[in-house]
Amino acid sequence: MKRIKGVEEDSNSSSSKSPPEVCKKVRKQTSDESVAVVASESTESDWARLPQELLLHIFQYLPLLDRAYASQVCRTWNQAFHMPELWRCFEFELNQPASSYLKATHPDLIKQIIKRHSNHLQYVSFKVDSSTESAEAACDILSQLVNCSLKTLGLISTARPSFMEVPKSHFISALTVVFVNSKSLSSLKIDDTPVDDPSLKVLVANNSDTLKLLKMSSCPHVSPAGILCVADQCHGLRELALNYHLLSDELLLALSSEKHVHLEHLRIDVVSENPGQHFHTIKKSSWDAMVRHSPKFNLVMYFFLYEDEFGPFFNEEVPVTHLYFGRSVSKEVLGRVGLHCPRLVELVVCANGLRPLDEELIRIAKHCTQLSAIGLGECEVSCSAFVEFVKMCGRRLSQLSIMEEVLIPDHKYSLDEIHWEVSKHLGRVWFPDMMPTWCRFVTSVSHRCLRRSRQLPGCTRKARTPRA
Amino acid sequence: MAPNSIHWFRKGLRLHDNPALLQAVRGAGTVRCVYFLDPWFAGSSNVGVNRWRFLLQCLEDLDANLRKLNSRLFVIRGQPANVFPRLFKEWKISRLTFEYDSEPFGKERDAAIKKLAMEAGVEVNVKTSHTLYDLDKIIELNGGQPPLTYKRFQTLISRLDPPEMPVETLSDALMGGCVTPVSEDHGDKYGVPSLEELGFDTEGLPTAVWPGGETEALTRIERHLERKAWVANFERPRMNANSLLASPTGLSPYLRFGCLSCRLFYFKLTDLYRKVKKNSSPPLSLYGQLLWREFFYTTATNNPRFDKMEGNPICVRIPWDKNPEALAKWAEAKTGFPWIDAIMTQLRQEGWIHHLARHAVACFLTRGDLWISWEEGMKVFEELLLDADWSVNAGSWMWLSCSSFFQQFFHCYCPVGFGRRTDPNGDFIRRYLPVLRGFPAKYIYDPWNAPESVQAAAKCVIGVHYPKPMVHHAEASRLNIERMKQIYQQLSRYRGLGLLASVPSSNGNGTGGMMAYSPGEQPPGTNNNNNNSHCKNDVLLTIPFLFHPGLLLHGRGGITGKRERESERDGSGEKEPTACSRHKMQRQNAQVRLRLSGTPYGSYLAPGAAQRNARRKCLSVSQLSTENVLLHIIIIIIIIVIIYIISLWNYRHKYR
Repeated sequence: MKRIKGVEEDSNSSSSKSPPEVCKKVRKQTSDESVAVVASESTESDWARLPQELLLHIFQYLPLLDRAYASQVCRTWNQAFHMPELWRCFEFELNQPASSYLKATHPDLIKQIIKRHSNHLQYVSFKVDSSTESAEAACDILSQLVNCSLKTLGLISTARPSFMEVPKSHFISALTVVFVNSKSLSSLKIDDTPVDDPSLKVLVANNSDTLKLLKMSSCPHVSPAGILCVADQCHGLRELALNYHLLSDELLLALSSEKHVHLEHLRIDVVSENPGQHFHTIKKSSWDAMVRHSPKFNLVMYFFLYEDEFGPFFNEEVPVTHLYFGRSVSKEVLGRVGLHCPRLVELVVCANGLRPLDEELIRIAKHCTQLSAIGLGECEVSCSAFVEFVKMCGRRLSQLSIMEEVLIPDHKYSLDEIHWEVSKHLGRVWFPDMMPTWCRFVTSVSHRCLRRSRQLPGCTRKARTPRA
Repeated sequence: MAPNSIHWFRKGLRLHDNPALLQAVRGAGTVRCVYFLDPWFAGSSNVGVNRWRFLLQCLEDLDANLRKLNSRLFVIRGQPANVFPRLFKEWKISRLTFEYDSEPFGKERDAAIKKLAMEAGVEVNVKTSHTLYDLDKIIELNGGQPPLTYKRFQTLISRLDPPEMPVETLSDALMGGCVTPVSEDHGDKYGVPSLEELGFDTEGLPTAVWPGGETEALTRIERHLERKAWVANFERPRMNANSLLASPTGLSPYLRFGCLSCRLFYFKLTDLYRKVKKNSSPPLSLYGQLLWREFFYTTATNNPRFDKMEGNPICVRIPWDKNPEALAKWAEAKTGFPWIDAIMTQLRQEGWIHHLARHAVACFLTRGDLWISWEEGMKVFEELLLDADWSVNAGSWMWLSCSSFFQQFFHCYCPVGFGRRTDPNGDFIRRYLPVLRGFPAKYIYDPWNAPESVQAAAKCVIGVHYPKPMVHHAEASRLNIERMKQIYQQLSRYRGLGLLASVPSSNGNGTGGMMAYSPGEQPPGTNNNNNNSHCKNDVLLTIPFLFHPGLLLHGRGGITGKRERESERDGSGEKEPTACSRHKMQRQNAQVRLRLSGTPYGSYLAPGAAQRNARRKCLSVSQLSTENVLLHIIIIIIIIVIIYIISLWNYRHKYR
């Protein structure tokens, strides 16, 4: 409240000035002077005389609920509540009590927005939970947004991909309403939805000049031809996310055509839909064209494959910058990564087999000269290889995380020493990640401490023969 | 007249290292050790039969040990608040002692009892012995806030004096003249009840893998330390199939019920270490497991909503799915993933699972596969797990579900691969899931992939004798990683990949506050390391405030950007040295910049150019105040010059 009072006092004393000046002044003063002002003067003043601009500025800092309360104070505030500026951005939360723990946007509020503010909306997202009802509610709202012109639209499934359960025709017709009416859509996030080729055509027909961002990972009804049509027409497209099966040489060439702006971000999810699936390969020449056209673009790849499905990948140079392996990868594949990914910036390996990753890491450090972040989940690495890796990468490693449990102490470094050694090479304090191990009061408790102490100079031999 | 005492047992079910109990007998005429049980509550409570059995065994053992001192345990049926006033009168009590309980509801209950006792003129003595340290002291040392990283906690601990030595075990000598009046019908009135009396069906109940009681605990600790000295021989220990099984040296349930004093364990460990290491001083990591327990007690002690997501200031709100069927499948070991099901079976049968097994099932239920709230999992553990303590259980679940105590969450345990690596042969699976016994090792972790002939030979057809997997793991983990990333990006106001406006979050849901309205701008604090927005951390789901979790936690009632900023100004953030100050600076920068940019939509409307501008502005923020001053000076000088020229001009005119 202090701030509001302060602002208010100030505007009274300087009501003759034009509003922008007031704003500036207020911004400067609120922090210190206003408190004093409030303290010295009594607070009986005309709240309604607060200039609209100021009110708007304050309202922008308030969450919706507080704004709603404030709107009940007086007519001016109520008018301010409905100012278009406050309604450009809205997130519909369509949680159902049966399937979510979180509160939903109140239906009356939704009604009111559609009635009074739908033409103001520009940045809209829908958060749905795992229930079909929730996704259907989102579609219903979408189909009522006839007189609005959106710039950003996001359909976000917060739990399970529930849009996939909505009848496809219902979803498509709702989405097309937005595509047709919003002539300047620039960002579109429709991951995990039943969007299809014809609806993408509608999108392209109406928004080809403005579309800059398109995220559509796991949209099974889109074909490579459908996405190619988008790439062909939307020359301003800078960010694109899709699944590997939509990726084709033609698509890459379309994105690197002369008319096309530089691509900034390309995200590919590689997921096996059915066991034994065969993955196509992308020609090196297509990737090269891409890099030539957009030398700085990020290629982000998420892999969720079984070990034996990696055959077609990383046999030739790939300009991948960010690489995530969600399941276990073989040492061999990681070895190929080390050879063929010169642009690699970030690498996450969640798991690998039973043998430590040593040589592979060293190779990656050697060949991937851009690498600045790495995370290793359940991958075992020997301490000396790990230190060597860090030493080779040095301070450019801005992120480095590994679980304490998977570092294997060896003749060179114990777990205590590795913390110092790695910190030294990184130039900052570093620790391995830890997970709570409060229940491990069994014998393995002791392994670590004794293992550590075994490496302490002076007591090595004796520790090994306590029973002798 | 010598006072009559009551010692009230809750946890701390032991005679060794029990300072409150010693206080009860010191100089007393009579002492009665009581334990409250509500038999009507027992059957309906969500505590499973294994935990009840363990508790009853502890009580029996306690009673047996007290008998050796010519005393008895009084198990009292009812609620403490209802029964104590009667006991005080009936037994003419003037002293009540009990062990300090650090957990919020325990503190509340104890405060009520203290009040009752004071009203009845009973002196109350409380001693800390369930934890190594005085938790309030740790919090005080941390500026009144509980530490939120384990590292921070370790730092604080290293500044404290070592824990107090355990006190003497209650003995005849210590009892002195103190006696326990025992009536003829003690057994009927105050005896330890049986499971049947509590309404449990004990038919077919297998014998306890974990027998309860202080005597067992003391045997185990000896064995444990012996084994430890012996284990020192071995080369690198690996997690293997054996470590998954209940070990006769396991101690965690005994520590939970207080059958074993954590201080005794602490000092025995220290002694062993000194003996083996020839007097080198032990590192803090020696006590790792004890400290983890201590850490969770500390974080929970002042947070009554520690076990909830809503209203818990340290818990991130994650839109978990409500899915009772899936939850039931998980809890009843019917997920179709042998690794998960075997662990859950072991948990239900024996009441204990290895900590990595806990990680596996917790990850599977929450962020890994099912996306179900950690609170549900916590309740199941509370029912089944012998060593589930309120603080430790909730804390671990928050940790494992990435809801708090921030760590990297990119890593999900695979319900197939993780088990296979741990126990390649699958003996653990065969032991707890006999139906899968016939499968060869190759398929035992993913039997649904086995050819029909193999399934037929194993006499177990998947989908008939054993369920098919309830989720497609690869797909589920892909979705869930994405969701997690989304949540954390929103929390940190990380604008993600969006050079361009992606989806701005609204300010109504307690996430980004005002900052969320400027999606075009990349707040400088969002990416610690790369100013160049082209190389963002994308796959490494690092949380920008990873090293500064204190941010989220001040001001109750949630994680709103505004509150964070306020708390920062108060300077009460956790004192993690560099990260903190840097973050603060960045945050302030962002704020200043926001004010500068006039309407916060400025850059949003024209993403490209305005954004670049914004970034430039942001860089110059630090010089801004000086620039302002300079600007003023220059303007003044110009004005003076103009006035001078004008006056000169005038002069000339005059002279003409």
